[in-house]
Amino acid sequence: MHPNPSLTDSCLHLADDALILGHRNSEWTGHGPILEQDIALSNIALDLIGQARNFYQYAATLKADGSTEDSLAYLRDGWDFKNCLLVEQVNGDWAKTVLRQFFFSAHQYFLYERLQESKDETLAAISEKAFKEVAYHLRWSSEWVIRLGDGTDESHRRMEKAVDELWKFTGELFLPAPYEAQLAKEGYGVDLLSVQPLWKEKVNEIFAEATLTIPVEEEGKETWMQTGGKAGRHTEHLGYLLAEMQFLQRAYPGGEW
Amino acid sequence: MSEQPWPLWEVFIRSKQGLDHKHAGSLHAADAQMAIENARDVYTRRMEGVSIWVVESRHIHASNPGEAAAFYDPANDKVYRHPTFYDLPDELKHM
Repeated sequence: MHPNPSLTDSCLHLADDALILGHRNSEWTGHGPILEQDIALSNIALDLIGQARNFYQYAATLKADGSTEDSLAYLRDGWDFKNCLLVEQVNGDWAKTVLRQFFFSAHQYFLYERLQESKDETLAAISEKAFKEVAYHLRWSSEWVIRLGDGTDESHRRMEKAVDELWKFTGELFLPAPYEAQLAKEGYGVDLLSVQPLWKEKVNEIFAEATLTIPVEEEGKETWMQTGGKAGRHTEHLGYLLAEMQFLQRAYPGGEW
Repeated sequence: MSEQPWPLWEVFIRSKQGLDHKHAGSLHAADAQMAIENARDVYTRRMEGVSIWVVESRHIHASNPGEAAAFYDPANDKVYRHPTFYDLPDELKHM
């Protein structure tokens, strides 16, 4: 296989996005507001971790340096992780969790839709499988955003707070890292700028139903966006997440069930 | 927490091979749409089904167990209601 560092890095980025959000969602397991939603979110967590495994396995093959899906997930440090900042944000309340899922699922939906046409067959195949899962995640999270946004005074207030806290992490989704730009140029990846208007349209549609508004800095000026995750510069939350997620493999190297 | 608990729903699932929807269990949900999504997550995660029906439990009317004797016992000694009760003549084909 011809080495293509952009392809490897892009796979790691997609894997890290899915793994970190999957882990965040799994933190709700056993703590969901009711049993049925506990299971729903745990299902989504499992879908995401499954997607991460596929991308890690492919990345390990591409790297061909003895890496495995496990070593990529459990033995890299924070600065090696290429996930966007949005997915590492703490769960907060149910409103924040479902909004984070909605922002991310809408992004994955349009991204995977296009990645299915990648010239790279493996990337296309993984995306095709994941797309069906994401379509359900998007439906589920959209429902919740509408339900809470257009719900009681308290649920609306909590949704607004979640929007305020998370909106600044959405810009990074469409800001291509060098490896993404390179891959798009070669026809293997996706031009993220072409995904952005579709995402924005979806957010506008759901927010309208949910009676929520997109925050603006001031009249006619867009909010300043936090970036850096795709390049390994993370918020303070990722370190704590990795400490918990990687503990077992760090303390007992090679430990198995 | 909400003052009013979500109502209970009964879930019916049709499996891939099955012709009819069978009772799978019950769950809580705020409305029908959420009930279907919850049923998908709770009852079809191991490929149990391809179709879901939900109905709010309060809409199901059940027979009274106390009346079981009056309801069902009289059928016990009516063997002639079963086709196997009758001897068919040999000339009769395709039965």
